[in-house]
Amino acid sequence: MTSATPTLTTPHAGPAPLLRRILLQGRYETLTMIRNGEQLILAVIMPLLALVGLTVTPLLDGLGGNRVDIATPGILALCAMSTAFTGQGIATGFDRRYGVLRFLSTTPLGRIGLIAGKILAVLAVLVLQVLVVGGVAALLGWQPRPEGWLPGLGLLVLGAAAFTALGLLVAGTVRPEATLAITNLLWILLGALGGIVVPAERLPVLAQNIVHFLPSGALGQSLRDAFLHGSVSLPYVLVLLLWTIVPGAAAVRWFKWN
Amino acid sequence: MRSPESPVLTIDGLIKDVGPLASLDGKMLRVVSGLSMFAERGQITALLGANGAGKTTTLECAQGLQKRTGGRIELLGQDPDTAGASLRSRVGVMLQDGGLPPSARPIPLLRHIAGMYQSPLPLDGLVERLGIDTFSRTGVRRLSGGQKQRLSLAAALIGNPEVLFLDEPSAGLDPQSRQIVFELIAELRDAGMGIILTTHLMDDAQRLADYVYIIDAGRNVAEGTVADLLSHGHEAMDGVTERTLFFDAPAGLDIAAAIGDDLTITETRAGSYSVAGTLTPQHLAKLTAWWAGKGIMPASLRLEARSLEDVFLDISGRDIR
Repeated sequence: MTSATPTLTTPHAGPAPLLRRILLQGRYETLTMIRNGEQLILAVIMPLLALVGLTVTPLLDGLGGNRVDIATPGILALCAMSTAFTGQGIATGFDRRYGVLRFLSTTPLGRIGLIAGKILAVLAVLVLQVLVVGGVAALLGWQPRPEGWLPGLGLLVLGAAAFTALGLLVAGTVRPEATLAITNLLWILLGALGGIVVPAERLPVLAQNIVHFLPSGALGQSLRDAFLHGSVSLPYVLVLLLWTIVPGAAAVRWFKWN
Repeated sequence: MRSPESPVLTIDGLIKDVGPLASLDGKMLRVVSGLSMFAERGQITALLGANGAGKTTTLECAQGLQKRTGGRIELLGQDPDTAGASLRSRVGVMLQDGGLPPSARPIPLLRHIAGMYQSPLPLDGLVERLGIDTFSRTGVRRLSGGQKQRLSLAAALIGNPEVLFLDEPSAGLDPQSRQIVFELIAELRDAGMGIILTTHLMDDAQRLADYVYIIDAGRNVAEGTVADLLSHGHEAMDGVTERTLFFDAPAGLDIAAAIGDDLTITETRAGSYSVAGTLTPQHLAKLTAWWAGKGIMPASLRLEARSLEDVFLDISGRDIR
């Protein structure tokens, strides 16, 4: 068999172009994410259950809008947290354990391409989530302000960036089992009490003062501002930016590849 | 010592400290201290050493996976710490733990990795050659050790590299996989690839390597071809070449009477003899003549040189560490 024996062409043909490598990795990671049943539950099923739950119960009554209009932006924020923080964090943690990160960084993909591919996969899954959750919400009567879409989608991307940075920080510094525990626990805590699904004004006073400074609260509140009122609140944007830059820098500094 | 002709890898005085978090006592730990080596195109160069000798760390510094503390590394003429995708495309790496995602299936995974290269090897040939087609529908998580190693090797080769790093390539290999893998590695060497492998198994080094570096505690302790290490290396140490002759013959023979008493003669059990020491052709002639005179035909006869294992243990000590 000669086909496995290299002909050692000189010069070597080299790597595929950077953009193609990143797109390939993005597609590969996206398919891996949506084929993973547990991740699918966290990314789509739970948010949909929460959406329907908030729409059929009086939990959100008296907040100056119909239930589905108040609920949906928070559910979209929950989706960003599911995919970017919990899903991607756990996947990266186990990839690190199994040496996948180290192996891929020896291929032409490299560390930069690997991270770019992960970000791309988070964005691709987020698009699917927005389509599914937005579609179901529309069936339930969701009527977002049209001018809210542009800032809303921008905030979702920014929120996903913040949660990706946080997810990578956790995945790169502790054991994968701990990553699993931490990201799942925070998903529940922040989802329920972090100002994502339940608006801050429905939380205890003490929590209200804190959630505005959390990535969950900032994303949930700002998405409600965007889709309910068509407005953008700059302080929340700043909070999300800070949650992107600080954990991002920390991840760059402390991320352990093996 | 040899001098490089067309080295694919040159390591000069490599130093690598880890810690303080990674070491037990909270101090920096020097895992590689001043190691030097080079690897030629068209040769298999082996780093041989016990677990913890610094083999994997050395390899990972050469691959750009770990940043070195000091020393110089040139891989295909470039510094792996600063080189980019073009260098990585010319270098294939098989890690000790495989580095394959457990949820992946072999063929889509190889196809994905092949996409990272401008001109990868044809997938079908590689898959057939390494017998991956026999388990192509099984997820990585369910593969046997040997199957995983073969898939890892395919992943390292798919980009048609000029240099191939293999960290403990025979770990977990069943005899059949070992045969397949070793044959392919030898063939790739003959095709001109520069291959660098680590192993703690003397057998591997003895069977595969053109040149061996014996490493202990992050330092070079000996180097040479396998033949060098087996003969000259030993002579250089204490001036003798020791061999042992084993044979089975009638019990109670006075062997010393036949060949003299300068050798260690033992009858390990009745009729089983070993004669150890600096055996010469004269010893053998005397012994066989003596047998001929007495009409003795031994039931078995075996002469053993030192194995690479003896050399290794002599050099790096017989202590368990």
